[in-house]
Amino acid sequence: MSVHPTSPKFKDNARRALGDAQLQRALGNVKKGFIEKRAAAAAALPEFEDLRDSARDIKDHTLEHLDLYLERYEEKVKASGGHVHFARDAGEARRIILDICKAQGAKTIAKGKSMIAEEIGINAYLEAAGMVPVETDLGEYIIQLRHEMPSHIIAPAVHLNASQVESDFRRVHTHLDTDRDLSEPVQLLTEARAVLRERFLAADVGITGANFLVAETGTSIIVTNEGNGDLSQILPRTHIVLASIEKVVPTLEDASQLLRVLARSATGQDLSVYTTFSTGPRRPEDVDGPDEYHVVILDNGRSAMLGTSFQEMLRCIRCGACMNHCPVYHAVGGHAYGWVYPGPMGAVLTPALIGVDKGGHLPNASTFCGRCESVCPVRIPLPKLMRHWREREFEHHLTPATMRSGLKFWAFFARRPSLYRLATRLGMGALALAGRRSGRFASLPFAGGWTKHRDFPAPQGGTFQQLWKRERAGKRDRS
Amino acid sequence: MTDAREDVLAGIRRSLGVRGDERTRRTIVEDRLATAPAGVVPQRGQGSGEERVRVFVAQAERALASVTRVADHAGVPAAVAAYLRDANLPAELRMGEDPRLAGMPWGETALATRTGASDGSDLNAVSHAFGGVAETGTLVLVSGADNPSTLNFLPDNHIVVIDAAEIVGDYEAMWDVLRERLGRGVMPRTVNYVTGPSRSGDIEQTILLGAHGPRRLHIVVVGEAG
Ligand code: SF4
Repeated sequence: MSVHPTSPKFKDNARRALGDAQLQRALGNVKKGFIEKRAAAAAALPEFEDLRDSARDIKDHTLEHLDLYLERYEEKVKASGGHVHFARDAGEARRIILDICKAQGAKTIAKGKSMIAEEIGINAYLEAAGMVPVETDLGEYIIQLRHEMPSHIIAPAVHLNASQVESDFRRVHTHLDTDRDLSEPVQLLTEARAVLRERFLAADVGITGANFLVAETGTSIIVTNEGNGDLSQILPRTHIVLASIEKVVPTLEDASQLLRVLARSATGQDLSVYTTFSTGPRRPEDVDGPDEYHVVILDNGRSAMLGTSFQEMLRCIRCGACMNHCPVYHAVGGHAYGWVYPGPMGAVLTPALIGVDKGGHLPNASTFCGRCESVCPVRIPLPKLMRHWREREFEHHLTPATMRSGLKFWAFFARRPSLYRLATRLGMGALALAGRRSGRFASLPFAGGWTKHRDFPAPQGGTFQQLWKRERAGKRDRS
Repeated sequence: MTDAREDVLAGIRRSLGVRGDERTRRTIVEDRLATAPAGVVPQRGQGSGEERVRVFVAQAERALASVTRVADHAGVPAAVAAYLRDANLPAELRMGEDPRLAGMPWGETALATRTGASDGSDLNAVSHAFGGVAETGTLVLVSGADNPSTLNFLPDNHIVVIDAAEIVGDYEAMWDVLRERLGRGVMPRTVNYVTGPSRSGDIEQTILLGAHGPRRLHIVVVGEAG
């Protein structure tokens, strides 16, 4: 783990996010687009719910036989002329990638979007070695210019507005006419396309992620809408695929089942524009494509999740639907979660990957409204898994004293009705699961949604309900 | 230091509580790889003949591709020339060595054609699809000298010729066709599923066409349904 997590400071992060007017405006776009589009795509396909069951079953089956499918996958990659490298942790993965780049004498490295690349912090590492990694997904490019982390797993720059992008482009693209018009988003896109086209053509190595690895054929699959992942892999001499162990699926048919739910859940498309199946390096008869094909398969804590209640989290296909539908994410955005993976999936995955001491209270960032689970294409019981983390936290006595009841977290919001009102005014409507009459604790949306439907592992000092009542009474007295 | 590969696999086995050499587990995996069960296949693409082509066209258009139909291969160059003219695009075209494209009467048009992979300077390119999938209006292109993968991504305007008879209903049917032609477990270097022109929603979640790949995708469907 190299990216320094600020997850332990979720509360401070959240406070800052709620008061950030720019951010709140940008977050409005999450609710506006993603939810409706997903709902329409799901409604238009009568088999959608059955496909979700199928997707869940495929992942469960694969995870139960993960060792064998990985072995077969490796065998098939080798048979097609590619190389497979296993990495136990982030550091090992970084070293493998650097060695490949060095062997190529690489200077410029084109990067397709990869959450694993974020997880291992590869960019900083390559930069330190004197190389120039260039993010090519438009959103990733923008945040690279700003030295930020993605705030969303499929829309990395969703926390930004066009005017912010414009000023970044003006700051960095200094070779262009200073009087140029960048007032329209399409002008920003056109500029990025031109700038990045040159980088693609200059790149020595291309690094992409993988949405799936196919054991049957030794194939890596990426989906993009921009085509950047493809240019990152067909133009440079060497293609490095960076994937984690749970990306493997048995067959092309299995991948197809998952593809049917992935794009619909992510962007509401039936299929992303480009779904690319890559198998080994270029063939003798090819006139383009990479001469070398490497796959780095990262564990980094995942194998330890197998056989535990968190095994289910490894079904995740990184569609982003859980965060798109999460009232907490809508309110605070992705950066507040403090590490690579935000939203409900991040709240479950982060403690597993960086440790319960650093990420263990992210599961508190939930209203337990259950919407994430209701949209998850592979039916991961996210609220249940968040509760499991909370139980573990209690077991390990890791919860800071002030947080031990879990209530204090919400009390933080409760004590700041002005933050609430500000956020609501800025379009936090979906947050209001309960009535929104005033800033008083009793009507807080978080609390309403929480107490109405959910139980809570009883912390020390009484049941949750008792604590809740006591806490609420206290608030009333003071307000 | 122990081998990372061995460590990772051993870690997985430890967590799953297995050794890795259990006969039943291995048989389950072998069976699945050999039979590749299809799972849930949507009805949407299942119509036969002309109905299937109609769904393909409708879905491709929904993904913001444009589509024309011509009766036979001889009619393709004129249709491509007309498309470029109507879109005010220059009368030039890059293509691979696909014999089906090479056999078309390009000389009857005013188009200047060039052959080979793209270096990024071409405005227009034409490819011949391996096939199509009606379910989502998806073009299936395979790499090779016939249709270099760079043509699918570098030019501003990508024109794809597809035989109506090679449009199948669903992805699973496409894998069957590929396995029949190449053998089980074998894939070309690259198979591109292309569904509409390139786009990005990364700036304020507004969809804009032509992010890195083609701004326009035009499909020429040739002949009758199979
Ligand atoms: S947890 Fe489910 S909804 Fe969230 S990103 Fe993963 S697959 Fe998508």
